[in-house]
Parts: sequence; C-alpha cells; structure tokens
Amino acid sequence: MGPFHRRRLPVAGMDELGAYRVLRVRDDVEAAAGQFAMLAAAERWGGGEDERPLFARAFSVARQAGGESHYLLEDVGPGTKRLCELRAGEAVDVVGPLGRGFRPPGEGRRALLAGGGVGTAPLAILQDELGAGAAIVLLGFRDAAHACGAELLRDARMATDDGSVGHHGLVTDLLAEELSGERGPVEVYACGPPPMLEAVRSLCEQRKVPCQLALEAGMACGFGACFGCVVPCRGGGYLRVCVDGPVFDGEALERIEEHA
Amino acid sequence: MSVSFCGLELAHPVINGSGTFDAVAAERAFGPVVREEFPFAAYVSKTITLEPRAGNPPPRLWEAAGGLVNSIGLANKGLDGYLREDLPALSGLRTRGGTVAVPLITNVMGSTAAELVALVEACDERQEIAALELNVSCPNVKTGLDIGADPDSLRAVVAEVRPRTGKPLIVKLTPNTADVASCAQAAQEAGADAVSLINTLRAMALAPAGPPGRPWLGARTGGLSGPAIRAIALAQVAAVAERVAIPVVGMGGVQSSRHARDLLDVGATLVAVGTESFRDPVAGARVAAGLA
Repeated sequence: MGPFHRRRLPVAGMDELGAYRVLRVRDDVEAAAGQFAMLAAAERWGGGEDERPLFARAFSVARQAGGESHYLLEDVGPGTKRLCELRAGEAVDVVGPLGRGFRPPGEGRRALLAGGGVGTAPLAILQDELGAGAAIVLLGFRDAAHACGAELLRDARMATDDGSVGHHGLVTDLLAEELSGERGPVEVYACGPPPMLEAVRSLCEQRKVPCQLALEAGMACGFGACFGCVVPCRGGGYLRVCVDGPVFDGEALERIEEHA
Repeated sequence: MSVSFCGLELAHPVINGSGTFDAVAAERAFGPVVREEFPFAAYVSKTITLEPRAGNPPPRLWEAAGGLVNSIGLANKGLDGYLREDLPALSGLRTRGGTVAVPLITNVMGSTAAELVALVEACDERQEIAALELNVSCPNVKTGLDIGADPDSLRAVVAEVRPRTGKPLIVKLTPNTADVASCAQAAQEAGADAVSLINTLRAMALAPAGPPGRPWLGARTGGLSGPAIRAIALAQVAAVAERVAIPVVGMGGVQSSRHARDLLDVGATLVAVGTESFRDPVAGARVAAGLA
C-alpha cells in the first residue's frame, strides 16, 4: 500500500508510443498489478482550459521496473495534456499505489488478458507478474497509431477498429473465439472502456468463465474520501472503484454503463 | 497549537469537513498509520441518516473552475450500520504520533423532526461520540426551502433536538440563504453550542457532449466546494462570527495555513479542511503545522 501522503517524485523520462506516451517516474514504492496512482504535475497544474486541472488524475501502473513506475497516457483533456508535457528533470506529485489489484488465476486456470485502448496498461504489469508465456493476450485499439500500445506486452493477438493491424473488429471478437476454443479452463482479466468491459462481463457470464475487471471512474481523491467514483453493484447499491476496486469480479457488478 | 472547543480538547484547530474524509477507507488505502497520525484534531463523520442511503447515480463529480461540484447524495450506512460497524472502528483514532486522542463528531440529518430526534437520541447514548453536528441543508417538506435557510424553521428544528442530548450540538449552516447571520443567531437562540459553515453552494454543470443543456450530474444539481468558494466562505464566517457569541467552525476552500489563518482572524475558533484533502490526504496536518 502507498505511503499516507503525496510524494514529489522525479520524472525519469517520457517515451512516445504511437498515440500514447509512457511516463516513467523514479519510484521506490512497488505497486501490484491492477493498482493505480493519482498523478499531478508538480508545477503548473491548473490554469488550463477552465482553469483546470485542479485534482490529480488516476492512472493504472503499467509497469514496475528498475526503480521506476510507468504510466500509459493519452492527451484527452486538460490533466492528461499537462502530464504529457512532462520531461526528465521535472517532477510529479503522486498518491499511491492505491486500490485492490488483480488476484492470481484460480486453481488450474490459465490467465486470458483482454485489453482495450489505454486499458492495456494494467495488463502489462500483470503479464510481468504472471511470467513469460503464462498468459494468453488479446488487445484491441481503434487504429494503427493506438495499436502501438501493444508494445507494452509480449505475444499479443491484435484487433483494430479500422482493420489496420490484426483482426478488423473488436477485441471481444477475439475473446469469444478464445472462449469457444480448446484452451482448457481460463480466467479472464480485462481492462478498457466501459462498453468493452460490459461486453467482456456479459460474455464471461454467459460462458460461465470467471473474470476480473479493472474499472475506471472519474475520481477526485483515489482513497475513498469523496464517494465520487462509484459503480453499481449486483444486489443494489454502489461500490467505490478506488477502494473496493479498481479490480472487481465480474459477478459483483451490475451492467457497466458509460457516462458520456 | 491546542485549542478548547465546546469542552473538547483538540491538538490543533483543524478538523475535517463532513463527508470529505473516510477514516475507515483511508486505513484500507494507507494502513494503520492513519489511526496514529490522523490529519485532523477531531473527526467529523459523513452525514448519517436514519435509513441507509445508496447515494445518487453517477456521475457524482464535476471538476469546475477552481473547484468541485459534487452530488454524492448523502450515501451512508444508516444509523444502525454506523453505530454497529463504524463507531467501533473509529474510536481510538489518534494524532501526534499516537499521543493525542481524536474526538468523534457525528454529523446527522433527518428529513423530519422525528427522524432527527431519533438520530440525536441514539447518538446521545454513545460515549464514543463527543459531539453532534446537525446537517440542516435539506429541504423543508412544506416549503421546499432548506430547513437551515430560514431562521424560523431552523430555530424550531434546533429547539426540538436540544433537549435530547447533553453533548455539544454544532449546527452546520447552509450558505444557500439570504441571511446566514440571522440563521446562526436563530441556532444560538435555540441552544446550539456552535455553528459551522460554509457548506457547499448550490451549483450545476452541463454534459460536455450530447444534446445541449443536459446536466452532467446524475442528480442534476450539486454543491460547489474548493478554492472557488473561499472568498464567499470568508464573508459568511465573518458575518456570523460578528453576530453570535458561540464558537464558529469556519471552512470553504482552505488549501493552506494562510487560508485557515484568515478564517481564524475573522472570528472562527476552528477551521475545517474539505476538498483539499482530495488533492493531498494529509492536507489537514499540513494546514495545522503552518498555524503552530
């Protein structure tokens, strides 16, 4: 678990990965696969569009290696825009690692990783933890520029919305194929946009395959204080993605909705 | 900088705003250090209602210019859940390296006088609870206005609950009113031991995409907090402190000891840190350290 305060850490570097960036932070606290951190630039955080950002942004840890934590970024708003500007020599304020990560596959089950877009991130560190060759990996992206994100993992089968790389279609097409195949018992680990996670949850429910879903939600704090990040759970009520998740058993969740 | 407040001895003048820190969740996130180095001199619970409330459907948050619009919807386990599960876990919070006890203040809200009475009487029986805070930012069923927005309805509610407890009674005023000082005076006249303000200001945000004019928040409107409200908080705290003799807990957009000092300088006895804790889990301790 993470220290009980914000840490100002050095940026080791920023690497380009097609449409994405990989932020490398010098960090001696190790995260478990599926955990995340709240990140904010140490300087000039705020004063962007609508004076934003104010709060830190949540990112899964994508890799833990050589005394660094790595995060997969895409410039999609005032927070990520500022974070993508960071370079070696600058600093980032970090709260984390946070949340409940992935659990090992059940007895006799092989890990089947399914990632969509920036959801690829926690699957990279998960593949590191499981070891070489242990997991089957399926990754989907919208186009070739985003498909560069697959370089974070090894031996991935690919799908792209525009057909520029791999299967022309969705990663869940590949997942359905795998689940119909002769692989033996699997446990699915998925991360990606809400419609993809809902498709995975529903497919695994139909096929009676256990799945662990790493969710994302807008959040101000990341440690259970604001009650903003909730997801509806089976049986009624809500769970907080930051402290009850971000990894949930598919069976614990209601239909996963998108907030446009 | 220890301070005495309604008979409670506090290590310093900084407490949390109700609903902006969950000690139980923080311990899950950060470990047992939270119980020994609690960032606040007293811990104010999230609003407890008689029945459990799941809260509003998401989205519950909107990052506004210099602030946050929230519409959480008073999610809580209800009175029984709080007394049975949370209270035992919360007693024994300490700060200053485990050397100083952190008193518990339970914030309660009822949509009827009867509900509020039931809550206050149940809490009065628990020695773990050091004080009560009344959340009166809820609509009056008859008038539709917040109970706390009108001095007369506020006076009546406080008068109803005052005899039910000997514990210190703090009234959390609403800023969404024409005359907060008169509301504070009414609370004092009805027997409140202290008042706290400001709560969030009624606010709205629109969805960034989709049909025009569509609210972003699942519950349409919410409350604004954070740096954007700091100047409003200062004005209201100053007005109230000038009007009443009972102690005032000042809050609203406090991000630094400077902001806390300003509230103390206009007459607050304690200050609360709320939204800033979301950016820095130990903001309370940081603000307190700068006041020493």
